[in-house]
Amino acid sequence: MSFDASYNEKELNAVGTRPVRPDGVDKVTGRARYGADYNMPGQLVARVLRSPHAHARILRIDTSQAEALKGVKAVVTAADLPDLTDGDASLFAILDNCMARTKALYDGHAVAAVAAIDVHVARKALKLIEVDYEVLPHVVDVDLAMAPDAPVLDETIITKGVTPAPDAPSNVFAHSEFGHGDVAAGFAKADEIVERTFKTEQTHQGYIEPHACVASCNSDGSAEMWVCTQGPFVYRQVCADLLGLEVSKLKVTSSEIGGGFGGKTHVWAEPVALALSRKAGRPVKLVMSRNEVFRASGPTSATSIDVKIGATKDGTITAAEATLRYTSGPYPDTWAETGAMTAFACYDLENVKTVGIEVLVNRPKVAAYRAPSAPMAAFAVESAIDSLAHKIGIDAVDFRIKNAAREGTRSSYGPVYGPIGIGPTLEAAKAHAHMSAPLGKNQGRGMACGFWFNFGGQTCTDLNISADGTVTLSVGTVDVGGSRASLSMIAAEELGIAYEDVKAGVADTASLGYNDMTDGSRGTFSSSMATISAARNAIAVMKQRAALMWDIPVEDIEWKDGQAHAVGASHDNLAPLSVKDIAAKAGNTGGPIAGHSELVADGAGVSFGTHICDVEVDPETGATRVIRYTVIQDAGKAVHPAYVEGQYQGGAAQGIGWALNEEYIYGEDGRLQNAGFLDYRIPVCSDLPMIDTQILEIPNPNHPYGVRGVGETSIVPPLAAVANAVSDAVGVRMTHVPISPPRILAALKAQR
Amino acid sequence: MRYERPETLEDAVGLLSATPERSHILAGGTDLLVRMKNDDFDADLVVDIKRIAGMGEIARTDAGFVIGAAVPCAKLAEDAALVAAWPGVVEAANLIGSTQIQSRCTMTGNLCNAGPAADSVPALVAVDARVKIVGPEGNRIIPARDVPVGPGQTSLAPGEIVAAIVLPEPAPQTGSAYLRFIPRTEMDIAVVGTAVVLTRDADGTVASARVALGAVGPRVIVPDDAAQMLVGTTLDDDTLARFEAACSDAATPIDDKRGTVAFRKEVAGVLARRAAKIAYDRAGETQ
Ligand SMILES: Cc1cc2nc3c(=O)[nH]c(=O)nc-3n(C[C@H](O)[C@H](O)[C@H](O)COP(=O)(O)OP(=O)(O)OC[C@H]3O[C@@H](n4cnc5c(N)ncnc54)[C@H](O)[C@@H]3O)c2cc1C
Repeated sequence: MSFDASYNEKELNAVGTRPVRPDGVDKVTGRARYGADYNMPGQLVARVLRSPHAHARILRIDTSQAEALKGVKAVVTAADLPDLTDGDASLFAILDNCMARTKALYDGHAVAAVAAIDVHVARKALKLIEVDYEVLPHVVDVDLAMAPDAPVLDETIITKGVTPAPDAPSNVFAHSEFGHGDVAAGFAKADEIVERTFKTEQTHQGYIEPHACVASCNSDGSAEMWVCTQGPFVYRQVCADLLGLEVSKLKVTSSEIGGGFGGKTHVWAEPVALALSRKAGRPVKLVMSRNEVFRASGPTSATSIDVKIGATKDGTITAAEATLRYTSGPYPDTWAETGAMTAFACYDLENVKTVGIEVLVNRPKVAAYRAPSAPMAAFAVESAIDSLAHKIGIDAVDFRIKNAAREGTRSSYGPVYGPIGIGPTLEAAKAHAHMSAPLGKNQGRGMACGFWFNFGGQTCTDLNISADGTVTLSVGTVDVGGSRASLSMIAAEELGIAYEDVKAGVADTASLGYNDMTDGSRGTFSSSMATISAARNAIAVMKQRAALMWDIPVEDIEWKDGQAHAVGASHDNLAPLSVKDIAAKAGNTGGPIAGHSELVADGAGVSFGTHICDVEVDPETGATRVIRYTVIQDAGKAVHPAYVEGQYQGGAAQGIGWALNEEYIYGEDGRLQNAGFLDYRIPVCSDLPMIDTQILEIPNPNHPYGVRGVGETSIVPPLAAVANAVSDAVGVRMTHVPISPPRILAALKAQR
Repeated sequence: MRYERPETLEDAVGLLSATPERSHILAGGTDLLVRMKNDDFDADLVVDIKRIAGMGEIARTDAGFVIGAAVPCAKLAEDAALVAAWPGVVEAANLIGSTQIQSRCTMTGNLCNAGPAADSVPALVAVDARVKIVGPEGNRIIPARDVPVGPGQTSLAPGEIVAAIVLPEPAPQTGSAYLRFIPRTEMDIAVVGTAVVLTRDADGTVASARVALGAVGPRVIVPDDAAQMLVGTTLDDDTLARFEAACSDAATPIDDKRGTVAFRKEVAGVLARRAAKIAYDRAGETQ
């Protein structure tokens, strides 16, 4: 059935309210089942042996003693995961990252794994595995990795995207370039120019739940996996590809998820668990420790970014340019390219150019982290914008308003914008009471903008009407932020029934068609679109059933307020039929009633936000406290405003942690020094003020209710907002994130 | 692994002496249980001392405050006399972890864990606390300062148990204070910790002072020359500036994941100065 996804302004009843979430009771009573809370009969415990070296050739692995240990049921190495990737470089990178093949490429890289009857035996077995390494020189810093004398991680890499192509291998995988106009001419017209280099350190998503799965391979070629993931269908595809399984024979069920933020869109140890199970012939449970989570999963890029922006005295930006160097871990990827696309996306620029440079280093493979690559670019650009506003003596908000992108602007990365929210969020910031509140001694204020693309993608849902008229909704996007509530609200809205009468659940891969994963802020955007479509299809079926029950033509039936109404002079005396009435008779009118939907949710609608931050800095110790914080962001339409606010606050909290304290710290030996929450400092509750939020609703023209994704944009401005606030408080421009106390004191000292 | 909960110190010593290797004493367990989760932790015996009579009590004797080895840090704050006598020790102990941690963790565990950044240890050293040790070779009393000998290392012999920490009665007009620097607001480990104890004369000048610096060396540092600068003064700005510089100089930190050498030295001075002010003001408030 054809489905029109365009925005249609109408009064909404369920959407926009704040009901209690269906998964809440389970979560607060401890009944919710997360990755490690699932068990199978005969299950074994897996443990992974990891490289202690940042860079080393694996000369020999001897697993014989471990295999001989009583209670050990399987030991696997790369030899048990043969290369089936058929020239697909990104799939090969995943395979090699799961289990090192010829070289260990970072501290924590898996080299072998065991499955044993219990954890004690498994631990003992790990110690019996002998690995001979030839330790190689390593490099972890993004700038040092680009130096001519840097140890080269992969001798086959010749930089792409530069002409002429270099003749020697290096750690630079690729250059990418975006922009339009003539930046040289633009800078020539500028009255003032700011040019600076910024650096950001590598951070981890910091999800509280470590990666965990239970994998079970059967002798008939079928397999099952229970796993904590943001995308069961994607995990199924990748695992099937790597293990040579038939996709339909691998059933993946997603657990409740204790945070992912992008880090659970990539497979890590899941293929290893499947390989162990296949070898042992028994189910295998694999749960990472926190140390493993830090060393071997997740982190975002470390970056080094040059920015140059010029403007005339009246505050018009004449040219903007940035070169963005991003680490990707030891494998090629496109993180710098994404940063280069987002860097200037907030502004309407005549002359703009960005270059992204992908750099390989001996650190874990970089993973998506909430608006991946955008926060670092925004940090550099928004810091420079702030400096430039000071330099030409114009208010930082007015400067941004003057140059903000609007409908019809050609974005710095190519497309022309439709209706967008950057201008309105800036106007709202200007008008916000926070902006004019007085500041005390040692306090400072900063603000910054952020952009994220958002994504739609392949989606399907099933909506089944039960005999009692209640509704079950099966969706394929994992609920990471309350989407079961939001999608139930959407189904209730369309059908015209109560929210309580809809029960939404996340289906496993055997029960529903393919869905892209919950990433790109797509969960509510795309699954709500599919839910609306499925509900409308179910309504069409119910109208047919009512026609049968009444024995009138279906054209004479209208669906209103959750009921079928007969219209037309000959039968408008018929009492309306409710969902319940129709469902009760389903057995006699054609069987079960359902609505299905399979679609590609196009037109996700780009998203913008503006943040305001106040800090107080102790000038003698560099201790920084965030004392007030405001998030203003366009949601298109806030389906469940409390969860939209939660996304705004969560992104801000993570961004504040990144801005002030979070960083991967490597020793001289290339080993990670702080693989735990004691020394990898995410903010605790008392570190943060209440984060105020303001939701703007500029409808997305490509969604029936105007919804845009809201999950990621909120982490884009905080690095810059905090940096601008600290710089304001201490009077020195802070250019290196995290802006930790030692960096603040050092900057103050350098200025004295 | 065996878990034992003896009811007497003699039994505890006996158990530990019989298993000199790979045996551990368990007080609050907030360090030990965390270590036990590591893949490379092995133990044959864990002896829980919380059942032993008197271990959970604070007694005020002629020797001063005798704090049993299993007294949780939260209990220290409930003892009004102790809080009045040694606020610097109580505030240090009550910075450890969180409410949940404090209802379990002990100062003895903090001391015997021998972590260079332990919060209560500089405070104990500044008040010149003693520890009562029982062991297979008999009992002994040593300064708390001499228990940790290096990171993770103590001077305790196999089979020896700290039975209590003893804080002396403070002289009249004595004040104490502890300040630490952490990048966050709580649930963090000290990057610098400073404890100051000082006693005032009737005219308000400092009669004696003791300073202890934590997390800026493998063991607590006691910069006596810096402390001496305070004696005979009323903590005028000049004195405090010299004192601050001397404390910074005395600190011997390393560059690590928690801070740089320059940062730690500088902050050690800043916090020592601030702690001295607090201790001085507190000394003025006591009789
Ligand atoms: C979340 C968290 C936060 C923390 N925050 C802080 C903090 O802010 N500041 C800080 O300093 N520490 C902190 N710690 C560490 C820990 O809580 C403290 O060191 C605590 O004081 C240890 O006391 P305990 O009684 O729990 O020690 P236990 O774990 O029981 O023992 C510690 C060590 O001392 C030995 N030991 C215990 N009792 C005796 C005895 N009677 N005789 C001889 N040896 C003994 C044990 O064998 C063990 O080696 C934190 C720990 C956690 C888990």
